[in-house]
Amino acid sequence: MSSAPLLDETNRGETLELIPSGSWTAAYAAALERLFDVVSPRLSRSKGLTIDMAGVSELDTLGAWLIEKLSRQARDSGHAVAVVGVAERYAGLIDDIRLVNRDKPKTAAWQNPMLARLESIGRSSLSAIQEAAVFVQMLGALSNAGYAVTRRPRRLRFTSVIYQLYQVGWRAIPIMALVTFLIGGIIAQQGFFFFRKFGAGSYVVDLVGILVLRELGVLIVAIMVAGRSGSAYTAELGSMKMREEIDALSTMGLDPIEVLILPRIIALVCALPMLAFIGAMSALSGGGLVAWLYGGMSPLIFTARLHDAVSITHFEVGILKAPFMALAIGIVACSEGLRVAGSAESLGARTTISVVKSIFLVILLDGGFAIFFASIGM
Amino acid sequence: MVDIASDSLAIRIRDLVVAFGEQIVIDHLDLDVRRGEILGLVGASGAGKSVLMRTIIGLLPKRSGDIEVMGVDIDDHGADNAEADNAKTCWGILFQQGALFSSLTALQNVEFPIREGLVLSAELMKEVATAKLEMVGLTPRDGDKLPAELSGGMTKRVGLARALALDPALVFLDEPTSGLDPIAAGEFDDLIRTLQKTLGLTVFMVTHDLASLNTVCDRVAALADGKIVAIGPMSQLRHSVHPWVKAYFHGKRSLMLQPKASEI
Repeated sequence: MSSAPLLDETNRGETLELIPSGSWTAAYAAALERLFDVVSPRLSRSKGLTIDMAGVSELDTLGAWLIEKLSRQARDSGHAVAVVGVAERYAGLIDDIRLVNRDKPKTAAWQNPMLARLESIGRSSLSAIQEAAVFVQMLGALSNAGYAVTRRPRRLRFTSVIYQLYQVGWRAIPIMALVTFLIGGIIAQQGFFFFRKFGAGSYVVDLVGILVLRELGVLIVAIMVAGRSGSAYTAELGSMKMREEIDALSTMGLDPIEVLILPRIIALVCALPMLAFIGAMSALSGGGLVAWLYGGMSPLIFTARLHDAVSITHFEVGILKAPFMALAIGIVACSEGLRVAGSAESLGARTTISVVKSIFLVILLDGGFAIFFASIGM
Repeated sequence: MVDIASDSLAIRIRDLVVAFGEQIVIDHLDLDVRRGEILGLVGASGAGKSVLMRTIIGLLPKRSGDIEVMGVDIDDHGADNAEADNAKTCWGILFQQGALFSSLTALQNVEFPIREGLVLSAELMKEVATAKLEMVGLTPRDGDKLPAELSGGMTKRVGLARALALDPALVFLDEPTSGLDPIAAGEFDDLIRTLQKTLGLTVFMVTHDLASLNTVCDRVAALADGKIVAIGPMSQLRHSVHPWVKAYFHGKRSLMLQPKASEI
């Protein structure tokens, strides 16, 4: 039944007669377009156009549209057009096609590239301010919900807090311990490798102890948490937003901040210091192991030296930063989650932004704290 | 059931069993859909209408039985089955929620099957896609919207335009009129009727809309207890003695919609 499409043409006086035949269907799309491209420039030369459809064995939207496009082109250049011999079963399709594509698409207005550049700079600076506003707004909403909960503690979703604590705290322990253990080991190995040249191999303990307790332990753990749990928060809240679950919550008279976000952030603020502590201990053990196997320093000596090298202050400096970092990660993750719009693409984009922004904020906070602790002499 | 020559059938199902674990959803089901007809499938919620449709289009595995679509055996084993792959390009599917790609605009959604399936210039592709959008009753301006910005009815129309993008011979519609107001639903019925006439489509429609069943469907099949318990034109189904079919077509809501006493 289906056969390759053909387009015969004959000139009758000043009228061009086109005789399409065969299957004018999408299966022969490429061939049809070639036929069209051959004929269409000739349309303006003749005074009239007749299309005899009797030979067409199959027709679909694509074929009908090409026929219509031919006759429309001829009509636009002021010629008389007649489409004859349309089989009854295709008449409806031809009639329908005659009505479509009547609106000419508007071409975008030309823009001065200088102005466009300026506009984009303006828009991005405005959006930077908006980002800050979103952060502050979430912080405010959270404090508000926190205040409401402290006045009536029964309103706190305790089960939810525990569940989130299990998710972001307990289940994160193995990977956090492993990563920090390796980092501790690597620092110790590098320390021995370079310090030996100066005969200062024993100072590796100071290096590992201070670096891990003050900076690296909490920083590595916070970055891992931002990637592991922050992204999960954004994706969870984002897909809830997409499926109107958050709207459903607020129409039931519940505050989504109090029900969904507060428990998550409380869990994060509790979990991160604990993970940072575990991470620091694990990094110290990693350092100790490498010191023993690679540096030839027995665990007893390592512990004794560590005792001299670090004080409780170093530990405090590290662990005090953890809850603030957790708060920043939580606020960024949750507010980005609530900014997800309808599409799957926007969920992906928001999750990426959430992780990038929270890691940036964690490092910024770390810098801020470094200055602060230095100036108060800790 | 009378066996018709299989080349006049769009879908031929024999002895189909679909089960999830212990629970048998489709139990030795036979069904024929003739070429060029609009078949409506009705059944209680949870009776397995969507399961049947998803099995036919290959989204769910069957336990036993044969399914032929356009004379080709659709089999889940053998990924390099070229015949079955060809059969998949000859059907269009409208999912219940539209299932539009959310990161593409409405027009790009309609262009997508054309872009993947055919070799066409960008200009012609856009024109054909716009034509489809207009045929389902949307304006070219709607084509620039993202799925999140479309209303429920518009989403269904775009979904239908996408299902029809390659002018398939067979279209599956999963509750095409659910969630539409009666006027929009009526328009949608007309649209399906018109498209079926002009394009010579076979339509397999899962629906609960009694008005649709009345006005659009050539035949109606009722699914209960995992089997087709009644099949035929509406007038015939009204006389069915099966208790569920009886309850369905003689319930309060059905009686309100019944057009003329003479037809019964």
